[in-house]
Amino acid sequence: MDEFGIGAPLPRLEDVRFITGRGRYTDDIPMSGLAFMEVVRSPYASARIKGFDISAAQAAPGVLLVLTGEDARAEGFGGYTSKMRKTNRQGEPNFEPPFRILEAERVRFVGDPVAIVVATSAEAARDGADLVLVDYEELPAISDIKAALAKGAPLVWDEVPNNECVFVELGDRKATAAAFAQAAHVAKGEFAISRVAHASIEPRVGIGLYDPVEDRYTLHAAVQAPHTTRNEIATRIFRIPENKLRVISPDVGGAFGGKGYSHPELALVLWAARKCDRPVKWVCTRSEAFLADFQARDNLAQVELALDANGKFLGVKVKNVLNLGAYLTNAGLQCGFHHVGSICGVYTNRNVDWEVSAVFTNTTPIIAMRGAGRPETTFMIERIIDIAAAEMSIDPAELRRRNLIPTAAIPYDTGFVHTYDSGDFEKGFDTAMRMADWAGFPERRARSQARGKLRGIGMAYAIESAAGVRDETAEIRFDTSGAVTIVVGTHSHGQSHETTFRQVVASMLGIAPKDMRMIYGDTDLTPFGRGTGASRSMTVAGSALVCAAERIIARGKQIAAHMLEVEESDIAFDAGVFTTRATNRSVDLAGIARFAHDFRQMPAHLGVGFAERVAFVSDGINFPNGCHVCEVEIDPATGETSIVGYWLSEDVGVVINPLVVKGQAVGGIAQGIGQALCEKIVFDGESAQLLTGSFMDYCMPRAKDLPAIEIKSQEVPAPNNPLGVKGAGESALVGALPAVINAICDALRPLGVKHIEMPATPARIWEAIEQARRAKAA
Amino acid sequence: MTSVSMRVNGADVRADVEDRTLLVHFLREHLRLTGTHVGCDTSQCGACTIHLNGEAVKSCTMFAAQADGDEIVTIEGVGEPGRLHSMQAAFQQHHALQCGFCTPGMIMAGIDILRRHKSPDEETIREELEGNLCRCTGYVNIVKAIKAAAES
Amino acid sequence: MYPASFTYVRPADLAAAEAAFREADDPRYLAGGMTLIPTMKQRLAAPSTLIDIARVPGLSFIRREKDTLVIGACTRHATVAAAPEVRAAIPALAALAGGIGDPAVRNRGTIGGSLANNDPAADYPSAVLGLGAVIRTTRRTIAADAFFTGMFSTALEPGEIITEVAFPGPRRAGYAKVRNPASGYAMAGVFVAETGKDVRVAVTGAGACVFRAAEMEQALARSFTPDALADVRVAAADLNADIHGSAAYRAQLVRVMAARAAAAALSGA
Ligand SMILES: Cc1cc2nc3c(=O)[nH]c(=O)nc-3n(C[C@H](O)[C@H](O)[C@H](O)COP(=O)(O)OP(=O)(O)OC[C@H]3O[C@@H](n4cnc5c(N)ncnc54)[C@H](O)[C@@H]3O)c2cc1C
Ligand code: FES
Ligand code: FES
Repeated sequence: MDEFGIGAPLPRLEDVRFITGRGRYTDDIPMSGLAFMEVVRSPYASARIKGFDISAAQAAPGVLLVLTGEDARAEGFGGYTSKMRKTNRQGEPNFEPPFRILEAERVRFVGDPVAIVVATSAEAARDGADLVLVDYEELPAISDIKAALAKGAPLVWDEVPNNECVFVELGDRKATAAAFAQAAHVAKGEFAISRVAHASIEPRVGIGLYDPVEDRYTLHAAVQAPHTTRNEIATRIFRIPENKLRVISPDVGGAFGGKGYSHPELALVLWAARKCDRPVKWVCTRSEAFLADFQARDNLAQVELALDANGKFLGVKVKNVLNLGAYLTNAGLQCGFHHVGSICGVYTNRNVDWEVSAVFTNTTPIIAMRGAGRPETTFMIERIIDIAAAEMSIDPAELRRRNLIPTAAIPYDTGFVHTYDSGDFEKGFDTAMRMADWAGFPERRARSQARGKLRGIGMAYAIESAAGVRDETAEIRFDTSGAVTIVVGTHSHGQSHETTFRQVVASMLGIAPKDMRMIYGDTDLTPFGRGTGASRSMTVAGSALVCAAERIIARGKQIAAHMLEVEESDIAFDAGVFTTRATNRSVDLAGIARFAHDFRQMPAHLGVGFAERVAFVSDGINFPNGCHVCEVEIDPATGETSIVGYWLSEDVGVVINPLVVKGQAVGGIAQGIGQALCEKIVFDGESAQLLTGSFMDYCMPRAKDLPAIEIKSQEVPAPNNPLGVKGAGESALVGALPAVINAICDALRPLGVKHIEMPATPARIWEAIEQARRAKAA
Repeated sequence: MTSVSMRVNGADVRADVEDRTLLVHFLREHLRLTGTHVGCDTSQCGACTIHLNGEAVKSCTMFAAQADGDEIVTIEGVGEPGRLHSMQAAFQQHHALQCGFCTPGMIMAGIDILRRHKSPDEETIREELEGNLCRCTGYVNIVKAIKAAAES
Repeated sequence: MYPASFTYVRPADLAAAEAAFREADDPRYLAGGMTLIPTMKQRLAAPSTLIDIARVPGLSFIRREKDTLVIGACTRHATVAAAPEVRAAIPALAALAGGIGDPAVRNRGTIGGSLANNDPAADYPSAVLGLGAVIRTTRRTIAADAFFTGMFSTALEPGEIITEVAFPGPRRAGYAKVRNPASGYAMAGVFVAETGKDVRVAVTGAGACVFRAAEMEQALARSFTPDALADVRVAAADLNADIHGSAAYRAQLVRVMAARAAAAALSGA
């Protein structure tokens, strides 16, 4: 079992099809009679639509169909809604904007869809889209938080004066104020957490089909949660029963939170397929993606940390404003609320006073992205700690160490949202310090200095809350020949479930992973599932598989007892084989399966068949955590930063496959480094036009921008799921943002730079150095 | 329309295509070689990398007509299940892919790197991957895999 | 992603190419396509006819003419970067070519296309201007100083084809650039050459068009060392400012890259 069970670094089973070019992504699916859809989008950030003229487009060669917002309105479609409801400053339920699949009257961001053109080729659809004339009256627009909240700002929604959709107070204001009153020092910072793009390399894509006989739709699309997509389109948009729509999500080329939810194009291809009686495909181009793919983060936070004279944290105050964009997506608002608990970090601070405000702007809507609130919150606490450390002249590692929750104090109630049920932060901390040789840093800094370079070291101890959506269903079924199929409702698009889920079942049932088949990503074939996101899949779907395997073993024992003519208590199960203790006779799982499918042999009280389906609900979330250290070297002449070392000591509970867990961590860190160093969505301040409309201007981290990364896992099992796992998909990203920025600020501090906003681009670093130099000279 | 003929993965092909047909679309849609991917429209991501007369090029930045008379190898022609190219095997061995979307382009680029550098160091490999984006892996294992393939 | 419709032609020789150009409505030459095709995919350009000159005989070569290195217009960046003749005669030019874009771009993009396009952030224009090269076309020869006339514009007339570029061998030369973090093109690139007659410094990426930096040339003429540039300030007024960096930042980069280019020239790299 060892070579492929839990803990084995098994190379991935799904790889062969990808490395040989035989992956099956949505755009690869062959389909006869296929038509192609192009979306006509608003060129203005805010405008009134005065009319459409589609005659030229309709007459263009190859064009089959042109539909506008007016047609959508005539169909009586509904709109997308937010999963979360909150209140505004007056305590009333927040305004929920109508979020339609095509707009007929007003557009509210550059890229807002207003019409579609369907044609016999992608080229012809594109040609036709150029011929759709829309008469707009441009209106003033706003793109950033400060502009949105300014007096007299243009309103995104007339119903929302001041553009503020939500305002909520959390925590304990009185206790926190009292704590601040005791403080020897209060550190303050204002942090802009930039807006970024998910930018999976596979663009969004969908193929819609309609069957008039069954009056039923099928959507092939790159989505993370097929059932959620089905629910949204069927119940919110088309207002049809969910069984009238099948969603199939085949191989998906990365998602990171950005694929599926609330995007109009997937409903549009289905509508178009019904209207023109052909399968209709839409493939997003990258430039279109920068306009139309929902984006992420974009917070402006004011953070204060109160400390006593010894550097003990007394309390933290946060005022955070979230830029929602123009509409509420299903998970946009959540990013401002979920994971606020991370503000306590791994520290003994217990007083939190938190204000959340969420505003509309004339920008692409916001949705969750890997971390979804946790990177933001973790940045706030871990950055303010470094600011405090600098102001109090305490080594930032030492300051953290003084406030660390002792291992002996676990489980630990932070007093704000979370009780950490497991973890060994002291060990994680000490391991990271050793890996990074924190103590040896001054010598390395001196060496850099001798070469005219600035060197800095930064750390962040990130803790996050994973697997918040706690239910998931899985099935293990044997066919009559005894072969196994496992079926789950989660979706794997890089997470490696095809390998790790099989490893879980292999460990329990003693069947080699390569001999199992796995099904996912089809609402007709899998049990209801909530898809993949929020680092949940192994915790919940993995646990569901464990429970299903336990039931298989239990049922197998009953059947084996009958077959071997002994009491059930005489049956032992090991490595796929049931044995009688007394007589040493045995039967394996395949034998049981064959027997179980024979109604002539099976006793009536056991029924026929050999399959178990379990809906698992976990007892609670889990808390993956990790101590990050980043070391940078900066060329002061150009502002260019190179990351010269990156170390992570992480606890994601029990590791099912170390190759995969490390892969997830490195990938997450890379995305964090991307946001910290180079990525940012930028809108023009006046027109709210997108300025970063392609990879020419939106800077993706490349191989040469990223360092080698060293990771050590320390497994502290989670107590509340049978596998003992914690979410491993997002936690590494969460700590990377503050670790990198802290390292850069550490490098620049000797020059008088106090803080630098992300992304810390060469230009920005050089400007900061210049500013500090001028300030010193003055 | 224009008539193009070329040798693709060892087989001669001929077709009539619109003049504006990009090579990548010709490969994917006419020849159904869907292993070559499209990840951008500014020629930067490298998901579409193939070998044209033995050299790595971006098939999204060529018209099929330009490749008339040429010899092309796509990911499907590099190796197949059970008969993997050493670069493909190294990608699996070193977990150099997650979602797999950038992977065909990475493998084609990786083979091209080894054509030009016998035993590249880590820095060279990172430099040479300038034209290939991966959003999942953070490149660490991709660099490892290419290095391992060089050593194998 | 899908260009507008056009007619593709592959002329047999330069005369046929020019004839095809004359006959078409809105023709464009196509060489490596590394600029033109992305532009067409974005529908920022929609020519009626593409005249593919990449395989026209006699346009892809590298040859020595005494002290001059002559490179055919359709010679690809990768070829220039690897060519022993270039590495021996003007190593800075080989290094510059080897640093354009990425390997796949270098396998297609051509020197003629780069010069005809005259992107303000392209590398080759700085070498051509910095080395005082001569551009030979189907109709005449044009000195580098007269060739680059502004952002994306050159002295080429409609239909005129660059056939080759003649680089006089310098005593020494160097190139240094900082890449734009997103696009990879030059944020600022400086080509420095000591030609024997004079010192030339050409700057790309920082302004609307490649330009010569007179003060730097004078400073280096006095003393060809990086330190000679220490006190030369570059005026930011005419430089580019965008989301990637202010004009002041670009001015700084020009200064630093010039010094590094001079250092590279001295080290013979
Ligand atoms: C991802 C990417 C990164 C890049 N990075 C860089 C970089 O860092 N630095 C850099 O300098 N460049 C860069 N480039 C541009 C690249 O160098 C191009 O090769 C070059 O700009 C154009 O050359 P081409 O042969 O591809 O020309 P084409 O795209 O074929 O043509 C460009 C223009 O020149 C005209 N033309 C072509 N040849 C001739 C000729 N002989 N006579 C007259 N007119 C002609 C064409 O009609 C067209 O208008 C990059 C390109 C890409 C796609
Ligand atoms: S699709 Fe060719 S480079 Fe992105
Ligand atoms: S593996 Fe997903 S983009 Fe590289």
